[in-house]
Amino acid sequence: MNLIDATFARIKEQDGTALIPFLTIGDPDLATSVQIIQKLEQSGADMIELGVPYSDPLADGPVIQRASERALAAKQISVQNVLDVAEQARQAGVKLPFILFTYFNPVLQLGLERFFELCLDKGISGLIIPDLPIEEDGDVREMAEEANIHLIPLVAPTSKERVARIAAKARGFVYCVSSLGVTGMRSDFHAGIDEFLEDVRKSAQVPIAVGFGISNREQVERFSKQCDGVIVGSAIVRKIEEVLPKLQNEAEREAGLEEIGQFVSNLKIG
Amino acid sequence: MTRLPDEKGRFGKFGGRYVPETLMNALSELEEAYKKYSQDEEFQAEVRYLLDKYSGRPTSLYYAERLTKHLGGAKVYLKREDLNHTGAHKINNTIGQGLLAKRMGKTKIIAETGAGQHGVASATVAALLGLECKVFMGEEDMKRQQLNVFRMQLLGAEVVPVTSGTRTLKDACNETLRYWVSNVDDTYYILGSATGPHPYPLIVRDFQRIIGDEAREQIQEMEGRLPDYVVAAVGGGSNAIGIFYPFVEDESVKLVGVEAAGRGVETEEHAATMTKGRHGVFQGSLSYVLQDEYGQVLPAHSISAGLDYPGIGPEHAYLKDSGRAQYFPITDAEALEALQLLSRTEGIIPALESAHAIAQTLKLAPTLSADEIIVVSLSGRGDKDVEAIMGYLGGNGHESH
Repeated sequence: MNLIDATFARIKEQDGTALIPFLTIGDPDLATSVQIIQKLEQSGADMIELGVPYSDPLADGPVIQRASERALAAKQISVQNVLDVAEQARQAGVKLPFILFTYFNPVLQLGLERFFELCLDKGISGLIIPDLPIEEDGDVREMAEEANIHLIPLVAPTSKERVARIAAKARGFVYCVSSLGVTGMRSDFHAGIDEFLEDVRKSAQVPIAVGFGISNREQVERFSKQCDGVIVGSAIVRKIEEVLPKLQNEAEREAGLEEIGQFVSNLKIG
Repeated sequence: MTRLPDEKGRFGKFGGRYVPETLMNALSELEEAYKKYSQDEEFQAEVRYLLDKYSGRPTSLYYAERLTKHLGGAKVYLKREDLNHTGAHKINNTIGQGLLAKRMGKTKIIAETGAGQHGVASATVAALLGLECKVFMGEEDMKRQQLNVFRMQLLGAEVVPVTSGTRTLKDACNETLRYWVSNVDDTYYILGSATGPHPYPLIVRDFQRIIGDEAREQIQEMEGRLPDYVVAAVGGGSNAIGIFYPFVEDESVKLVGVEAAGRGVETEEHAATMTKGRHGVFQGSLSYVLQDEYGQVLPAHSISAGLDYPGIGPEHAYLKDSGRAQYFPITDAEALEALQLLSRTEGIIPALESAHAIAQTLKLAPTLSADEIIVVSLSGRGDKDVEAIMGYLGGNGHESH
């Protein structure tokens, strides 16, 4: 059984909501990313999105753009490096499902076959490729199915009649975009958000999770009633940015990790 | 030849629509609207009217006699897109898309710009049609092209500085797309090149093919036959696809694209996407891309801001791989030489972009016989570049990256 399915099944039994944090791998460096992943698990994360830093992150707002820039400025980071981080986190005892978040070109350049071999080898359970809409995902979907790695699609409030088609093909969960625009913290969500989520729920055979702009406990609570999972990205990446000086200083690193941990445990419901 | 792109926006394997789901609906809407209006005679007549009366089309096809004599080979004709209103071919596309935006009921337009030519052409059309206009421009490019920034402001547009990534054209495109995602309801994105997700490469080609349609008719009137070569500079490739497209099925006509080799294709500072790039997905379509071994997009370099771009339109990738067109690199230095030669022999100062096409012509014409014909797309005039050129030739100006 895919780890994502097992996790949602367990959370459903407990009547809870999955907390799914995102981090940009390599910000500030690969070894620290492993430690942050461990801390996220200890603080109540149920699954983790591992972001591959990219030169042209079209779907992302300024916070995640900056994280990508920091990661890439320090070192050339490949998909393989990010997968190695997943493996190291496993070896360090992390049990959570890993979801790889990557733009399509780095995958294409590695080659789909090699990419899926590596994903299997390094223990990846799910895959989000934000610039690969259903019209373009044929080969990737086929190989993902074969590898039992869930290709998790995004749906947006503007998807309208596309919602049913996307939700029908979804594996793992459906990633519902809370508002128009790019990733990043915001106070308002799309006006029709509740109807939109209901709409997705009707079409989906798998759990639904909501993301984009969710940054505090109130917002997590707001959506926990309607959704099986809540994704928090930019808010965590910004917290990491905030404690960067500590993370980069041996003596203060533990304190920096602790601050990230506290931020995340405060988001965890139940 | 089958009509390309196909319904999925593919030119062979190239093209497609690789964008976040948040944009898919807007692109479908655009595709629907364009399908409708491209068949609408009233709409087409309106486009035609503005091209003729407002921009001054048809532009002339000019026999460059002194340049031809100087080179001592094939006859060289210049398709004078520099004579358009605002000084370049960009207006062909912004008139078309501006009218389309209006028909779609949008009240605001946005555009990306590198050197500022497409930004100026968009701001111009926004003023003409009474639309609000925001132009996204890299902070670096804004510093280098202050006059064009002011020109856009004078036309009533807001110029939004882009501070992410390379702070040049590539990231201006990213930022425009990001803004569009948040404002799709009332905003139309006028993409300036034959790049991006479907249906943009198709729309831009259709609005730019007038260059080739006119040139094809004009050369037959003047010479009684088709040319042997058509030469055009390519960055994203809008003027090149515009002049190439009507000749694609004329097998005797060789199509030559000229890309920017910057400081040389053997250095890391160039924009030679066809010569040094690989197939990849960038800004919405599969094409050739300048990228590192891991698929990160590399910054480009060219003396010409309009060619300073690490991607290229998907139809060009198709023409290259099918062997229908060939693409050659021209360095900054070669382009500067060509610019000076054309200025002195013909009294025409070309844009730095167009100077690349002239430079390739300088290499090509002497190898051909006097009864052969080359048509070159002179895509824009050089006024915008005079300050940068002064710097280069005087050795003390700031670079035009």
